[in-house]
Formats: sequence, structure tokens, C-alpha cells
Amino acid sequence: MKPAAFAYLAPHDLDEALDQLAEHGADARVLAGGQSLVRLMNARLASPAVVVDINRVGGLDALSLVNGSGPARLRLGATVRQRTSELSPEVAAHAPLLAEAGAHVAHAPVRSRGTVVGSVAFADPSAELPTALLALDGRVVARSRSGERTIEADDFFTGPFTTSLAPGELVVAVEVPVTAAGTGTAFVEVSRRHGDLPVCGVAATVTRGDDGSVAATRIALCGAGERPVRARAAEDALTGSDGGADAVAAAAARAADGLSPIADCHGSADFRRHLARVLTGRALRTAIHRAAGEADNA
Amino acid sequence: MPETTSPEKVRIRITVNDVAHDLLVEPRTLLADLLRGDLELTGTHVGCEQGVCGACTVLVDGAATRSCLVFAAQLDGTAVRTVESLAGADGTLHPIQQAFHENHGLQCGFCTPGMLMGACELLERTAEPDPDEVREALGGNLCRCTGYQNIVRSVCAAGQSMTAAKNGAQA
Repeated sequence: MKPAAFAYLAPHDLDEALDQLAEHGADARVLAGGQSLVRLMNARLASPAVVVDINRVGGLDALSLVNGSGPARLRLGATVRQRTSELSPEVAAHAPLLAEAGAHVAHAPVRSRGTVVGSVAFADPSAELPTALLALDGRVVARSRSGERTIEADDFFTGPFTTSLAPGELVVAVEVPVTAAGTGTAFVEVSRRHGDLPVCGVAATVTRGDDGSVAATRIALCGAGERPVRARAAEDALTGSDGGADAVAAAAARAADGLSPIADCHGSADFRRHLARVLTGRALRTAIHRAAGEADNA
Repeated sequence: MPETTSPEKVRIRITVNDVAHDLLVEPRTLLADLLRGDLELTGTHVGCEQGVCGACTVLVDGAATRSCLVFAAQLDGTAVRTVESLAGADGTLHPIQQAFHENHGLQCGFCTPGMLMGACELLERTAEPDPDEVREALGGNLCRCTGYQNIVRSVCAAGQSMTAAKNGAQA
């Protein structure tokens, strides 16, 4: 099928884009990489009357370290491509989880146009990057004509393909705290085929204290519910433990507590709960090794 | 907003296979349809129209791109290369095409333009890729005939012959 007719707007600066989004409200969709939106438009699952292409808006393609109040953060603007993020030395150094999760997104030609922010804003409950953002305790920076606000990843995803973004708001960037020494991260998934969305995936961050015990843990899952979700029972089980094999096994056993995974042709809800537990164990083991500065195969 | 009038067309200046075009396009025109319809470059094949099969892959400013997932209106100022750019004017096959020919890298040929353009991008980046690198680069291109083995072989062979030709030219 072919897309329905629409009006194409290509603003050159942010104010112009925000004016257009305010004017057209729910009739408008934002076009960044287009690797989800155009697919939906081709199938006429989306037929926006107006498409606002933000690719010519200056400044949105910045990938930078932000040293403001609080800990340093890595900021990825709305048109930073997934491929750019995946290959970026800054991302590798400061938020390797984003690169590791990003390498699982579709295939290279899709990632070379698709954007990190676009994937977050699209909020597919099975997608890797929203889950990585959640595990990293990241946040979304949204702008509208009435100003800018930041939304914690914990509060951003509200349901399948649904976010707490208000009409007229544009996600101008996502930010993640810099992954410091002593913190290890890992992303693992099971998908039917290479490049497919995962049946279930797990993003984990583990911070070890000076005495070697686990000081903090965040575990986020995709494909395990109606939105990217935290495995809080598993986080609580691991935090404060010695991070050894028994502690990891005990935490992983609780990874599916409270989950209501969807069931579809790719897997039953029980299978997804099983994957959540097994993959959480794998992700935690790798993250703990990395937190200790050990090589992956140690 | 009801669809009452046809939206305004968009002017784009775009280079396709080294030929400059100044065009007025409907916003909903996909790059694949601009190439095949308006420009009569039917070498680019459209399979799934949802970015899954890779048959419509072309290069946009050197990057392998699904031409079914890009609106032509987005491409003002870009340079596009399609499979028609590969062979010489006299019909001499490009080394990648020659390698597909010699290694039986195609059967029905429907996926081949996408495979060739994906291989183009890979060989631009990595002169002599190993089979794993070829599989990673072309993993999003579906082929229902060959079973892929000969496609991987073809791309590896193309890398070797292109490197040999380059070294020969320099010697």
C-alpha cells in the first residue's frame, strides 16, 4: 500500500517546528528517521494530515556530554541516528549500554536513518532502546511553545506506543547519567531472527560499592509487558548482596514477579516470564563482571 | 483535518546516478516510487514496502537506505545511487555484479539490486570483508532462492577482486 496524502512541513529551526506542532496538534506527526512512522503510513496504520520533518532543524543532531548541576550526563539530540550512537566513542565510553542495546535494533540500513530519540518516543514495548533508557535511569527532554520540561524514563512510558508527552510537545533529546567506573551494564535478548524485535530483552546496570557488595541495581525488560518495565523485586534482591552466583540466581528467580507479559505468536506469557528470569541472570552476571572491570569472558 | 485538497507539492533538487534532477514531488511519494515511476529506474525492486525485505535498498549520500521508508520530499540536496549506476555504459559488469555472476549469487534476481547496493556500501567501508561481516551487513536483505551461501561468497570474492584490481593499478 501507499501512504495517504499529507502536507509536508520542513521547519528550519526549533521555534518554527514547535509552532507547527502547536498549530496542527493531533493531526501532525513528527518525522525524524521515519523507520517506524513511514512503515505505519505505508500500511495506512497511520494517516497524519501533516508531517513535520525535523531533520533540517539545526542543533538537534548533537551528541554531547553535559556537565551541569549533578552528575555528568550524555545527551543525544532528536536527530542523532541509531547507527551514530552505536559507533560513537562517547557512547562507548560513557553509556556502553546504549551502544550494546542499539546494535540489536533491526539492521544497519535501518539504524543509519532511524534515531535513538525516535525509538524512545515511539515507545514500542518490545523495543531495545526505551528499555536501555529506563535501565540507565535516563530522562526525556521535551519542548513545546510553553517551554521545556524533563520527564524521567520511569514516568515517560505509559502504555503500548503511549507516552506522557503532551500534545504540541517535541522530544528534543534524551539524557542518561554517565556510566561511572564501578558500574557495569549489559543488554541481552532473545529474538526469533537476527534483527527482529526481541521476544524478551533485559537491560541491567549494577554498581558495586567499595567493599565489593552491590550498591545499586536497575533492571529493565522489554517484551515483558505493555511498556518497558522494571524488575523491581529482582533489583531489591540483588542490591545489598555480595553479587555472587547465589545472589544473582536469587535475583533472577524474581525477575518475572508482578509481570503481565503479552502472549502472541512469538511466545506465550509463561515463555516470556521464563525468558525474563533466564535473561536477567545472564545480564546481571555480565554487568557484575564489567562492574569489577573484568573482561566479558572472565 | 479532512483530506479535502491535495497537499502542496515539494520541490527537490536531487542527484541520481550523477544526473541532477529538479523535481516537484507529492509529499507522499516514496523514494522507491520516484525512482521507479518518475525516473523510470526500475532496477530498484519493491518487495514488502515496510522495510523488512531490503530489496529496495539504494545508497543515499553513500548510506544503504530502504527507499520504501523515505519520502522523496526529504531528500532535497542529496545524492542517490541505484543499481543502474553499477554497470558501465557498454554493459561491462561492475566487479560486484561480476562476482555474483561467477559465484551464482542470484537465481530469480528479485533481491539482487538490494544485495548489490548493500554490498557496495560494505565494500566502501571494508575492502575485504569476512563472511561474518557480509552476513551482518546484508542480514536485513531477504533472498528466497539462494540460501545465502553464494551471496556471501560473491561479496567476499568481489572484495578480493576489487582489492586486487586496485593493487594492480597502483603497481
